[in-house]
Amino acid sequence: MTHIQRVLDPTLAYRFACRVGMCGSCAMTVNGVARWTCRTHVDKVVKNDRMEIAPLRNLPVIRDLVTDMREFFDKWAKAKGQFSGRLTKNEDFQKVKPDSLERVAVDAGIECIGCAVCYSSCDVVSWNPDYLGPAALNRAWTLVKDERDSKKIERLRAVAGDAGCHSCHTHMSCTEHCPKQISPTAGIAGLKREVSLALFRKAL
Amino acid sequence: MNVHTGTLAAFVHRVSGILLTLFLPVHFYAIGTTLQSAAAFDALLVWTQMPLVKFGEWGIVVLLAAHLGGGLRVLALEFLPWRDWQKTLVACAAAIALAVGLVFALAL
Repeated sequence: MTHIQRVLDPTLAYRFACRVGMCGSCAMTVNGVARWTCRTHVDKVVKNDRMEIAPLRNLPVIRDLVTDMREFFDKWAKAKGQFSGRLTKNEDFQKVKPDSLERVAVDAGIECIGCAVCYSSCDVVSWNPDYLGPAALNRAWTLVKDERDSKKIERLRAVAGDAGCHSCHTHMSCTEHCPKQISPTAGIAGLKREVSLALFRKAL
Repeated sequence: MNVHTGTLAAFVHRVSGILLTLFLPVHFYAIGTTLQSAAAFDALLVWTQMPLVKFGEWGIVVLLAAHLGGGLRVLALEFLPWRDWQKTLVACAAAIALAVGLVFALAL
């Protein structure tokens, strides 16, 4: 991409920052599949000596390869993706056992870099633009399982609607394409169980 | 649409469900007809011996098996602690459909 911009077409607009797979800003569609381009080797994805690079699907294009990520991150907020602790700074640290079932579930989903590869790959987002999407739901799941968090019921209520976890069709494209090998499908399935349990206990 | 194992499994699950729904009115019509008289029941039995109907019957059993396999896959995904064996699940669902189809074809 940098070669194209520096040598072939200086007007090309595209995003990148860290170049080491941490920042999540360089996701694009390469030969039809959403990928993090900084960590994608051309020889692994080139087909018949051709490579087509396009902006991410399911997001409005601003220019060339740059998409408007606002709705993607707005949905994190809609899914109540903000941590809300129980303790104040005057209290001691809350101890969390690293090998507890809850913490293991959080660890499996916590490394998300917010690149929107899953969101771009999700067929349900294409069908229903209101669907919160794999990344926001994965974020909600990691907070639901976080024993330090105090907003579990509000969060479950936020993800239980028509555009929430129950809309997932388990196509698993998010799991298939996540560059960090996270499985949002697993988190979404967990949210479905938590919502059902909360409903059963009349907590919702 | 991204085509990979998961989407294919979901597609087969969905299409088999739609086809089975379309078959239901035919099913109820056939039952309704046979309940009218013994002669109507015998006529339907003769009709079911036609090769094409037998083939259709086999198709319905395969669809049912595929839909059952797909349903078990979704239940396993949503209720069992899994991470890395989702493709095995799809393979199990396909194996169930194939096995039931073959057994039924042999029994015909």
